[in-house]
Amino acid sequence: MVMVGLPLAALMWEATSEGTQSFRDAVSSPEAVAALKLTLGASLAVAVLNAVLGTITAWVLVRDDFRGKTVVNAIIDLPFALPTIVAGLTLLALYGPTSPVGIDVAFSRTSIVLALMFVTLPFVVRTVQPVLQELDPELEEAAHSLGASTWTTFRRIVLPNILPGILSGVALAFAKAVGEFGSLVIITGNIPFETEVSSVHIYGRIESGDSAGAAAVAVVLLAISFATLVSIGVIRHFATRHDR
Amino acid sequence: MSILVRNVSKRFGDFVALDDVSLDAESGALTALLGPSGSGKSTLLRIIAGLETADEGAILLGGKDATAVAPQKRNVGFVFQHYAAFKHMTVRDNIAFGLKVRKRPKAEIAERVDELLNLVQLQNFGHRYPAQLSGGQRQRMGLARALAPEPQVLLLDEPFGALDARVRSELREWLRRLHDVVHVTTVFVTHDQDEAMEISDQIAVINHGRLEQAGSPRELYDNPASEFVMTFVGDAQPLGEALVRPHDIDLLTEPVDGAVEAMIVRVTLLGRDAKVELHDASGAELVVLMTRDRFDDAGYWRGQTVWALPQRERVFAETA
Repeated sequence: MVMVGLPLAALMWEATSEGTQSFRDAVSSPEAVAALKLTLGASLAVAVLNAVLGTITAWVLVRDDFRGKTVVNAIIDLPFALPTIVAGLTLLALYGPTSPVGIDVAFSRTSIVLALMFVTLPFVVRTVQPVLQELDPELEEAAHSLGASTWTTFRRIVLPNILPGILSGVALAFAKAVGEFGSLVIITGNIPFETEVSSVHIYGRIESGDSAGAAAVAVVLLAISFATLVSIGVIRHFATRHDR
Repeated sequence: MSILVRNVSKRFGDFVALDDVSLDAESGALTALLGPSGSGKSTLLRIIAGLETADEGAILLGGKDATAVAPQKRNVGFVFQHYAAFKHMTVRDNIAFGLKVRKRPKAEIAERVDELLNLVQLQNFGHRYPAQLSGGQRQRMGLARALAPEPQVLLLDEPFGALDARVRSELREWLRRLHDVVHVTTVFVTHDQDEAMEISDQIAVINHGRLEQAGSPRELYDNPASEFVMTFVGDAQPLGEALVRPHDIDLLTEPVDGAVEAMIVRVTLLGRDAKVELHDASGAELVVLMTRDRFDDAGYWRGQTVWALPQRERVFAETA
């Protein structure tokens, strides 16, 4: 409680130290609102993209056998282990002005989505994988023998069983994306109203000596993370309601 | 619809699961695939269902070659040992699944599901989820689900294997009665010879991926084709060069031709039957079962020397 609660209390204290009016001003300044909109939009887009990509990746890792599967399986965790600033540098090298693959998206909104997808993909893969592993293949065989096509079987049998896993993975990925800083600060160029996300905006506020304003925006991010965590709990509750 | 299995072979890597198996199941008959675990009986059932493909050979359903037909198109009902219940659906929705997939009208589906709930005695459980049912109830749901689209073939893979003994024997009788009502060609896999003897019209004994013998329970018991069948279907023990069943031995108090001298070492009364254990001169054990009446009339005692005369012994050529 002290470890988690004390810093949070300090943050709240700082955010409201200059009164609720300045809190409201800091949160509703055009630059802060633009950054927040961009952060939420990009995070949502990334969450949806990773729901699909992460599920496909998990599916391939669980159901298919191919050479180098163990290596691929290990690489999935790389974004977890990699310092995000290193991830940012890597992405700049890959998608920047000197890109070896000829894709230059640096300092654009596309770069935000790419960077966030990279750092959050393992969240979805690692939550869907165990659910898929536990899914009895006999369920699909039963559906097939009852006349269901592969697509119908996926939609009516597989998806309802793995959806809670996908959703909680997506929620984790979203929460991580909302607060991501390291991998974005290099590649996005941090152009206000253009590519500046909330975490970078907070950093900018501190740089210019406005620590109360920084704390105010931080409180908003905190609230979003908290709401996301609560939604994960709700998803888990509903997902297991027929097992009890 | 009849099922014909023609020269089916299946390998998993180096393991030969099925080796040139041919089998006929008449339309409307109840056939048991009987064998020890790992004998290939489940693989054969899965090949009939199309859930597994044969390396060689053919499956004919109702006279038509179904070898390359997808399981969805075979019109086969399949019941799994561990139920394979769709746990996110109610019992009603589980049973209705095959009908919804076939896009039948809603009213027709509701009517058919009610009919099946009655048939499997789950009338009051339609709105429950599988997790709220007992094992026996779940398996009855599995059966209703498989029967809903009116399959021409019903396949059951050790359907009672996960249930306790009492529920198992109840369900076994119930399946027999159900089969008398529904008349669908049925094949079920079991490793329990009593189960196979009790409910099937035909038993196919499978061992090490080969069909040892197929025939009526009586044929198999009375005329086993191999030592394996004789020992697997009913009890059998060696007596001299031959195999004999415990019920088919007379114990005489005087020596006669063909009888083996032995000493009674233990007598157990099992209600209506009496079990007499003997050692012959070489120390080999022999078990004889007889009715209590016969036992009481003869008055055998422990330590008595008797002559065991086999009545229906069988000699099988050494199987290579």
